[in-house]
Amino acid sequence: MSPALRVFVVGGGISYRALFNWISPGMYVTTMLGSPLFQILFFTYLGRFAGSQDDAFFIVGNAIQIAAMSGIYGMTMGIANERQYGTLQPLLATPANRLAIFSGRALPFVVNGLVVSAFGFAVSWIVLDFRPAEGSVPALVVAVIVTTCSCVALGMLIGSIGLRARDVFFGANLVYFLMLLVCGVNVANDDLPGWLAAIGRCLPLTHGIDAARQIAGGASLGDVRGLLVTEALVGLAYATSAYVLFRVFEAEGRRRASLETY
Amino acid sequence: MSARLFWVGWLFHLKGLTNSMFFVLLALIQPVIFASIAFFMVESGSREGTLLYVALGAGLMGIWSATLFGSGGAIQWQRWQGTLELMVGAPPPFVAVLLPLTIATATMGVYSVVATLVWGRVFFGAPLEFAHPFQLAVALPTTILSLGMLGLLLASTFVLYRNANAFSNLLEYPVWLATGLLVPLTLLPGWVEPIAWVLSPTWGMRAIREAAFGGNAWPEIGMCVGLGVLYLGLGAIALRNFEHLARSRATLSLT
Repeated sequence: MSPALRVFVVGGGISYRALFNWISPGMYVTTMLGSPLFQILFFTYLGRFAGSQDDAFFIVGNAIQIAAMSGIYGMTMGIANERQYGTLQPLLATPANRLAIFSGRALPFVVNGLVVSAFGFAVSWIVLDFRPAEGSVPALVVAVIVTTCSCVALGMLIGSIGLRARDVFFGANLVYFLMLLVCGVNVANDDLPGWLAAIGRCLPLTHGIDAARQIAGGASLGDVRGLLVTEALVGLAYATSAYVLFRVFEAEGRRRASLETY
Repeated sequence: MSARLFWVGWLFHLKGLTNSMFFVLLALIQPVIFASIAFFMVESGSREGTLLYVALGAGLMGIWSATLFGSGGAIQWQRWQGTLELMVGAPPPFVAVLLPLTIATATMGVYSVVATLVWGRVFFGAPLEFAHPFQLAVALPTTILSLGMLGLLLASTFVLYRNANAFSNLLEYPVWLATGLLVPLTLLPGWVEPIAWVLSPTWGMRAIREAAFGGNAWPEIGMCVGLGVLYLGLGAIALRNFEHLARSRATLSLT
């Protein structure tokens, strides 16, 4: 295994264990499984009341959006908490490959997001009688993976900003809630004002959710290839911006000796 | 003395909470976002005459969120800040010191109600015509007080859990759902209704809607008062036990 690959895999795993040692099983279940489950139920019932869309619209939208919890909050903490815990300086003093350090952190949150999303779909299948089109599950998994990676990339960007900002969690919370509104999770993009829909199209989730809905409705992976490629490109753009920002803040922090100042 | 303690404590905590970006997000921004989602949903669903209904519901959601996170973690936060010993050691009973804090967290919800009503009016054309303004003027503070007392009960029981904040995360959506803030209880399974009866947001929401849409809000206001007194009694007992245990085991400041 090359050093960079080792930093990517082993370093990513160790950093997750170190930064998230406070997550107990009880906390994981309540926050990462319980809360998302009730989010799906809440919006599905609200949808029934409003009569705007069928159950599947809300189930697919929310079951994918809940992966953003791990992607955005987790990834934000995965980067920004190095500064808060006082470990940023030793980390950046190492000669390790920066891209490997940075991207290795993303892996646990992608896996986490997939688990949460799968749980959301499974519970919806049991409780809300959600039935995707026959044979659509593998394609649905692909859509969820692409969308989760894209959300993690947005989390990376917020985390990088957290290397500089005083209160990054306000931003993370704000983005998370806004995604519920503008990314087609609960309101179809066509029903939003043009400018809100345009914001949504520039964010992760929007194209991925659209693709997943079409897949659940019977479309093949080939039919939604364009949407998934767009989702992946959006994610790539955020990941690139995040990495650039990370390097800029590292260089600035070294130059001004302000890596861990608030 | 007690009235002064309550007033000064309430004002102090309200100012502190208003300065917290987290509570601004919780009480102001989050309700507006949820209200917008609900507005768009009812508009595209062509359910007419529900904009004010949605605005009031989203406002109450904000009151619940502020109470849940503010009161649920109240003791834990005081502990982290190192002020819990001072609060417990102060001459007045601990419940009299903590109550202004939990009422202040619920009062933050006033921002939510005002924000969702104004937002609904300005951007969605929600009608702000209330059938019984006087009943509404009584129903809203009563709801806030009763939620503040529910907050006291949360504060006194959540202290048993090391990760109270995680528990708060879990309870946000279920209570929004079970108390009929946006979704009528008739759409939910029948077993949810008895749960709704013991939660004051249910009665507060009903009281506010009765006042706004032209019913009789007084029975619901009465239920809010009754439940508030019950929460206060249970919270006081739980707090006394907590204080006694923490003093005897010298664990007050331990997380």
